[in-house]
Amino acid sequence: MTDSSSDKLNPFIFACWLVATVATLGSLFFSEIMKFPPCVLCWYQRIAMYPLAVIFMVGAFKGARSCFSYSLPVAVIGWIIALYHNLLHYGIVPESASPCMQGVSCATVYVNWFGFVTIPILSFTAFSIILVLLFFMKRTFTNEK
Amino acid sequence: MKNKLLVFAVAIVVILGAFAGGVYMFQQNQKEEINFLAEKHAEVFKRNYSPTLGNKDAKVFIIEFLDPECESCRAFHPRVKALMEEFSGKVQLVVRYAPFHQNSEIAIRALEASRKQNKYWEALDLLFQTQPEWGNHHNPQPDLIFEYLPRLGIDMDQLSKDMESFQIDNIIKQDSEDLQILGVRGTPTFFVNGKPLPRFSYQDLRNLVSQEVEKLYGK
Repeated sequence: MTDSSSDKLNPFIFACWLVATVATLGSLFFSEIMKFPPCVLCWYQRIAMYPLAVIFMVGAFKGARSCFSYSLPVAVIGWIIALYHNLLHYGIVPESASPCMQGVSCATVYVNWFGFVTIPILSFTAFSIILVLLFFMKRTFTNEK
Repeated sequence: MKNKLLVFAVAIVVILGAFAGGVYMFQQNQKEEINFLAEKHAEVFKRNYSPTLGNKDAKVFIIEFLDPECESCRAFHPRVKALMEEFSGKVQLVVRYAPFHQNSEIAIRALEASRKQNKYWEALDLLFQTQPEWGNHHNPQPDLIFEYLPRLGIDMDQLSKDMESFQIDNIIKQDSEDLQILGVRGTPTFFVNGKPLPRFSYQDLRNLVSQEVEKLYGK
């Protein structure tokens, strides 16, 4: 099968798009509605997450293979930054080693639902789900060969 | 192709609907919470120690969370004073602190110590006026504050002693707690008799003040 658009919607891409879109709007809700100022690391994760919402949407129409190769590096970069942010948040990496010079500290806890759901955890979860979905999507490619 | 478009269109409508619903619920909650505080816990808006300007019996309170180092507060300051003139005798201004900048705390301590020498409002005017010099964000020079304040005839030895007082520690601590309760995240933030501004603008502040004046004093 070639990498052309098919009539069937690729469920993995659609699921990835849902996750990226909800994450994008969720982060905007935190900053624009609840008025939590985003810290530097949050901005770097946003830089990775926001385009994913667009890439997956276009990918759903243009073909899964190319979408995979464009989205994977962006998602990996976002995932690494989110991982680092969580290590910082939980004090595993000391705050002094963080890149936040002034403004909002990346270790500030704004949201803590049920005692463990924080904004960096939400971000890390979203990137992880996207990577897992991409991994399973990749397996469907090799099966088709 | 058409199928896909339909799926995305439905998903987008659902997601945006949920987002709008979330925004509405959040804002509604926040409104109710502020109303509740205004009715049952007025002290969160105005503490006994808070500096006030204007007629002590005035029924309309403008509560301003400000930061002496914030440019926007500086820009609002003359306009707030003009409001005090316009509704003279019916309005009093209550200053609360929101130390959101690097040197806010030094400036607040200097202000509160000036208050002990009855120079509070003069000192606030002066700090706002000279803010571009001492509070420049690229090159902040908080020490300049102590070069300016003697112009007001303030006893500087006394001032530096008073600045360290535990009363000022407590004021800053309590104000910071109250601004968290009230969800203040930017400066200046105004409440007029416990009501937040519908939108952040000078016109909205003026409208809200004149509404409250009309309500409590008649036309």
